[in-house]
Amino acid sequence: MLVKNVMKGEMLVQVERLTRSYGDIRAVDEISFTLHKGQVLGFLGLNGAGKSTTMRMLAGVLAPDTGRITINGADLLDQPRQAKQAIGYLPDHPPLYRELTVDEQLHYSARLHGLDRTACRQALLRAKEHCGLVDVGQRLIGNLSKGYRQRVGLAQALLHDPPVLVLDEPTVGLDPMQLREMRELIRTLGRDRGVILSTHLLPEVQAACTHAQIMRTGRLVYAGDLADLEQRRCSTHLRVGLNVPPPTASLAQLPGIIRVEELGYGRFRLHHAPGAAPHQAVLERAGAEGWDLWEITPEHAGLEQIFVDLTLGEAPV
Amino acid sequence: MIFVITARELRGLFLSPLAWTLLAVVQGLLAWIFLVLVDDFRNLQGRLAALDNAPGVTDLVVAPLFRVAAWVLLLLVPLLTMRLLSEERRTGTLDLLLSAPVGSMAIVLGKYLGVMLFLSSMVALVALMPLALAIGAPLDFGKLLTGLLGLLLLAGGFASAGLYLSACTTQPVLAAVATFGLLLLLWIIDVAGTGHGTVDSLFAYLSLPRHYDALLLGLFNSTDVIYYLLFIATFLGLTIRRLDDMRLRG
Repeated sequence: MLVKNVMKGEMLVQVERLTRSYGDIRAVDEISFTLHKGQVLGFLGLNGAGKSTTMRMLAGVLAPDTGRITINGADLLDQPRQAKQAIGYLPDHPPLYRELTVDEQLHYSARLHGLDRTACRQALLRAKEHCGLVDVGQRLIGNLSKGYRQRVGLAQALLHDPPVLVLDEPTVGLDPMQLREMRELIRTLGRDRGVILSTHLLPEVQAACTHAQIMRTGRLVYAGDLADLEQRRCSTHLRVGLNVPPPTASLAQLPGIIRVEELGYGRFRLHHAPGAAPHQAVLERAGAEGWDLWEITPEHAGLEQIFVDLTLGEAPV
Repeated sequence: MIFVITARELRGLFLSPLAWTLLAVVQGLLAWIFLVLVDDFRNLQGRLAALDNAPGVTDLVVAPLFRVAAWVLLLLVPLLTMRLLSEERRTGTLDLLLSAPVGSMAIVLGKYLGVMLFLSSMVALVALMPLALAIGAPLDFGKLLTGLLGLLLLAGGFASAGLYLSACTTQPVLAAVATFGLLLLLWIIDVAGTGHGTVDSLFAYLSLPRHYDALLLGLFNSTDVIYYLLFIATFLGLTIRRLDDMRLRG
């Protein structure tokens, strides 16, 4: 147990049986998870799955109905100040005052988090450099583009150098270039911190996260590291193209093939059990019986498909 | 922490045209009233000289001026306070305050202090007009000071009610209308208190101007001051509760 903890890095966030309802709707239903130093945890789910609600509770903006949240060793309800000091939060709409300049906004936020004037100046410089805001310090936030506002929001969350970052859809509204920079930045930040980010974009999780968690209607339906999720991707069907196709039935009799799907124009999808490799048998038979094979491609169940299965509740968890 | 919030509040106020417009309108209106009052006083001066124990310039110019100032504040303070919390809720900036290591009390006090500093500057500007009379007329500084204190306490009461109602909605205009309605009700509630029954005198006691009038006459009665302080404390307490409640209800 001890060895495992050392390997994982210290525990930064512990959430136990967190529940929250809005009226009759249970937005978050008894979820529990932990976040360790060095992890970037991607929170996946459709709109309304409870991601934002969970994050708002982590940030202390919303009180949970039941359950416990411990952040960096401090209970969020009993010692809110210590717990909140350890968190940098970026809500889905960055909380920025339109009438302030970027510098003024960041200065205000740093002071709110208890930094004194000298620490403030340094924190501002560091955060602006991190987020590519050095040139826009004097600009009014109301005049900035959405991408820049998002960056100001992130800089604001980073200012007091918190060990935990909670980012609610941090890449919304960014252009592809900024998107790449943001993911790179999140990966860098995740090295010596714990980061939780929510998104409904799967590639984002693949690009920036070490761990993934999927929510469906308030419940956690999947939690694990990304490597584990990749495991589920192993090939489960072959696509073959034949100029002289045999009857479908004889394809189905090939060893290891479970089901045959006809795609038209001599193309077939041969479903097989995960891990089985029936391509050799297909090749041999095609040669022996003169099917004139012109294409054979292993197909992966896309991460996309796994995600859809999990979020819609079609796959066993 | 409170002062960090106060400073931002003041900066936000002075960066918006609203605050400057309010200052200009108040000053313009009251200057006109002031000039009319001074003119009246000049015309009356001959007759007043014949009276024993005649009312002075403080009674005939300063007190009526402050009475009008109270009405002007009643109309304008709701406009000043309407955005305090409702705007932050609407634009989501409240999340920054709620997620920062700052208690609800500090948030509310910080905001209130910001508005009060602004209102104090407004009252100070108003006070400059009667002070200008000191050059050529004997002013009763005691009465002037209690009057100013009364005006400030009244403005403080208005602002605390405005802050509370601003926390209750995400629509600034709604907050302004509700604040204005509440203040007007408390202003005229003593029309029901003309009799001498217990309920009547309670209504009379609750009314805002009754305690203000005494201060304008130069009567510093601690119960009047305590009335306003209690009024302010009540609404600030309610605002803090409301803010805590927001976390609970989302």
